[in-house]
Amino acid sequence: MSQPTDQPTDQRRRDFLAGAGAAAATVVAPGVFLNSVASAAPRDTAVTDDVRYGMLIDTAKCADGCSDCVTACEKENGLDQLLKPEGASDEIWDMQRPRWIREVKLRNNLTGRVTSLPMMCQHCEHPPCVDVCPTGASFRRADGIVMVDRHTCIGCRYCMMACPYNARSFIHENVRFKITAAPRGKGCVESCNLCVQRRDNGGTTTACQDACQQGAIVFGDLKDPNSAVSQAMARYPTVQIRADLKLNTGVRYTDV
Amino acid sequence: MKGNFGFSLMLALCLGLFAGLGTAQAGEGIEGTARADGLDACVAPTAFMRRNHFELIKHQRDITVHQGIRDTDNSLAGCVDCHVRKDAQGNHVPVNSPGEFCAGCHQYTGATLDCFSCHATKPTGN
Repeated sequence: MSQPTDQPTDQRRRDFLAGAGAAAATVVAPGVFLNSVASAAPRDTAVTDDVRYGMLIDTAKCADGCSDCVTACEKENGLDQLLKPEGASDEIWDMQRPRWIREVKLRNNLTGRVTSLPMMCQHCEHPPCVDVCPTGASFRRADGIVMVDRHTCIGCRYCMMACPYNARSFIHENVRFKITAAPRGKGCVESCNLCVQRRDNGGTTTACQDACQQGAIVFGDLKDPNSAVSQAMARYPTVQIRADLKLNTGVRYTDV
Repeated sequence: MKGNFGFSLMLALCLGLFAGLGTAQAGEGIEGTARADGLDACVAPTAFMRRNHFELIKHQRDITVHQGIRDTDNSLAGCVDCHVRKDAQGNHVPVNSPGEFCAGCHQYTGATLDCFSCHATKPTGN
């Protein structure tokens, strides 16, 4: 799994453009339908570790300057319901506003090659944010989703310091409008939860995956060898960001 | 000059804020417009609910967050969905507005209501 990130580009990775795109399309179509129907059956049994949710992101398809996934995430999870506090400078706001997906640019210093990619919670198997949480609020669900139980989060932000991916945000201000499916409020830390409300209500996609017109994001069950994400990962070389930390991330990238 | 501009800006902001509040605020809830008004009892007998509703919600929140179980009678979203009333214009009135289902008792008893710093106070359709 762990590959050096400065490895020369393998031309076969380009095939991923065609392969995973087709796979993603088949998933997206029923997924969109499922999620538009609010009455899709909610879970009545506890999640198990029979599944592990994860993602594969093909950075070759990720267009520089595109923020479709970020916008969709903000809408789905209500991040756009938090406005810049009165009197706050743009600089502070830009630094502190909640972000579940960040647009990151990587530059290979040897070759000068620049890669754009969306960076979010990597849903580690061994998450440092869970190790450091003093209240048990930061936890890893049986199905591999790393998330925050806001009921027990005391807002200490230790997890924000522990996360190697800078994936967590703190809500500094009151949220002006609350969404039933994605409750969030002042004083808690939060991060990508792989659209957990969709997971528990029978949805098969994430908001970012649905929004990506390039089909760069494939979401699914890493433990199911027949899932689109597993099939793509079996065919193409993938990397974990900061694989040296041995966190076994659930979000993987190609062409980095 | 600079001071004047600042003052005008503040004034504009304040006016904007109040205008925003004005449009966001719903009227008074009308008796009988909540789904619960037409039902004999909640998910348990009324006397039990009055004393123990928070035990149910608190138990459920842990199950939902940690185990993903959302097919339940005891969800807070369910409470809001059933108990929220409508105003004369047919708009939902937030359950934590003064005199509404949640705030009515909580204000009277002086028990702080923390649910709604995060949770929706009326059905949002998703």
